[in-house]
Amino acid sequence: VSLAFREGRISPTELCRKCLNRIKKTQRLNAYITVTDEFAMSQARQSEARLLQGVDALMHFVLGIPKGPLDGIPFAVKDNFCTANIRTTCASKMLKDYTPPYNATVVQKLLDQGAVLMGKTNMDEFAMGAGSTDGVFGPVRNPWSYAASYRTQGGAASDSDWVITGGSSGGSAAAVASCTSYLALGSDTGGSTRNPGALCGVFALKPTYGLLSRHGLIPLVNSMDVPGIITRSVSDAAIVLGVLQGIDVRDSTTVPAPSALTDLPEDFDVRNICVGIPKEYHAPGLSEETLAQWSRVADLFEKAGARVKQVSLPHTRYSIVCYHVLCHTEVASNMARFDGLEYGHRSEMKSSTEVMYASTRHEGFNDVVRGRILSGNYFLLKQNYQHYFVKAQKVRRLIADDFRHVFGSGVDVLLTPTTLNDAACYHDFTQEDNRTRSAQEDVFTQPANMAGLPAVSVPIALSRRGLPIGLQLIGPALEDKKLLCVAQWIEQRVGFPSISDCDDTQESRKDPRVTRREQTSAV
Amino acid sequence: MIKMLAFQTLRVVSLKIIGSSCNLLTNNVYSITKRCSLRSLQSQILRPLSSHQHNLKVPKVPTWEPVPEEELPRIPADLVDKLERLALVDFRTQQGLECLEKAIRFADQLHVVDTSGVEPMDSVLEDRALYLRDDTVTEGDCAEELLKLAKNTVEEYFVAPPGNIPLPRREERAAILRHSEF
Repeated sequence: VSLAFREGRISPTELCRKCLNRIKKTQRLNAYITVTDEFAMSQARQSEARLLQGVDALMHFVLGIPKGPLDGIPFAVKDNFCTANIRTTCASKMLKDYTPPYNATVVQKLLDQGAVLMGKTNMDEFAMGAGSTDGVFGPVRNPWSYAASYRTQGGAASDSDWVITGGSSGGSAAAVASCTSYLALGSDTGGSTRNPGALCGVFALKPTYGLLSRHGLIPLVNSMDVPGIITRSVSDAAIVLGVLQGIDVRDSTTVPAPSALTDLPEDFDVRNICVGIPKEYHAPGLSEETLAQWSRVADLFEKAGARVKQVSLPHTRYSIVCYHVLCHTEVASNMARFDGLEYGHRSEMKSSTEVMYASTRHEGFNDVVRGRILSGNYFLLKQNYQHYFVKAQKVRRLIADDFRHVFGSGVDVLLTPTTLNDAACYHDFTQEDNRTRSAQEDVFTQPANMAGLPAVSVPIALSRRGLPIGLQLIGPALEDKKLLCVAQWIEQRVGFPSISDCDDTQESRKDPRVTRREQTSAV
Repeated sequence: MIKMLAFQTLRVVSLKIIGSSCNLLTNNVYSITKRCSLRSLQSQILRPLSSHQHNLKVPKVPTWEPVPEEELPRIPADLVDKLERLALVDFRTQQGLECLEKAIRFADQLHVVDTSGVEPMDSVLEDRALYLRDDTVTEGDCAEELLKLAKNTVEEYFVAPPGNIPLPRREERAAILRHSEF
């Protein structure tokens, strides 16, 4: 669509208006907490002014001072990234009326490129959860719940059979899947970007830890958080990664980008790569269909000449437990900043500071957050510190070493499932509590966070219920570009249906001026 | 007809289950309450996937079992009180306490792993040198903006209730918090 802009076939303001209308139409998805319509339109107008400069714009492109391919492209941001003067809530009562005075670095970089911010998306409270069902603004619905494929094959009897998006960046994934924005930022601590990416049938990238700045991302687990990128095509994700990567002086855990990310090659030769299949990733509870897709893609690689071999990551089964302990302990520490004094919700109780803190936190946090803080504090008690926290840190090293050995033995990329099943319907998902669900859903995605490695989820096919299934690729640290090349190779060959093919509602999106590819991809 | 045969040789779906639940998921946590219609199953038969042979590199069955969990640990009342004071967060209900007990039981699985001689890992970036910049002030001076975010301020100060007063006993706390609930 970036090309369509430059050729004048469609203008940024038209596209912005279309997306805003679409957001209104898809309100039942509850994907957005805050829609920034005026801000978006003013940005779109500025983008249009730049493009209409005609020769000057061309000169800008030639001289290389430009806004670039993301100019005028609508994007959405998960509500735990700070956005100046725009409410940022983390889907929690604690920050319900909080308006940050600054932009997160990654948001600022996108705005500097001229991208148009559509709004802040819904999520699980403080990014804790695997379903986007536990935020204070309500659960997010998967756009595929209303697609013809699910309505006919999934056995959905009524409107109340909608399925979840996965979490915790469910709103971002729903926004991209329902075409209300071309790309979205999520955060990934244990799979929070890849999980909804797989369940909503969109491409999700978790870059190497440290490649993208976390300044402005309200932290959950400092040693594992990464801003994630959700797009409908791999090429878009590559462009966004190229824009966002790099050292930030405001975030001391950033590392220099390995090289400027140029466009991904159109025909990547897989004969040079070795794909590893870690056998422990056939975990108890994996669905038959996901297994079949995993096998099918492994076959695709073999037939094309890549080397495919089975490898072992022996500590995988303990990875989720280790993640559980480290996550809770870091959360207990990070949530301590919410005392009501400097920002956020403040309780009316004022008999003493301690009472004020306790009641502020009682009122502001939901059960999930409070549960995690309490268990985190339990693991950090002097009597338990060595036994749980330090033990978990040691197991973390074993897990990171497992990956290092496998990548050191000549494997270029690992192919695994992303989730155990396709999206569950809300009624079934809420039968168990948040902690249990997170422990089940995150089993394939969190090892990559523990080791800080880049990982992507690629949509592969629809299940028998008509819902998306995705597969995950994990690569060595800082080799995000190669990972994207392999992902694009798969994308080109699996033929994942677009939601518009499965959408039986009348859509004004079918605009003859914009090609089908341009409706889905930014470039 | 050939496609029907190919379909039957698959382990994945057997024709016996037409008419009964379509729960093909081995995960028994989700219960699929909807039944697939015969028509939709038949439409699956014609899908190319049904004639797919399983890749030998991908394991056909799960390669591990979940670690059996032991009894729920019991948390003594004084520890509950201590945790609530440290975290300044209360359990609210018995369910909250049970949740913590389940979390601890889950975490106990760690102890079967042998970590002798392994150093704890703080950060995945431990092999790198931290990027340092000059110790010069480049930004700041935004007190006004930050004070705007707080609910209770006086001039350049955040106003806090009186300190050095210990938190009341657990029973009183519960009463206070119930009072402050939305």
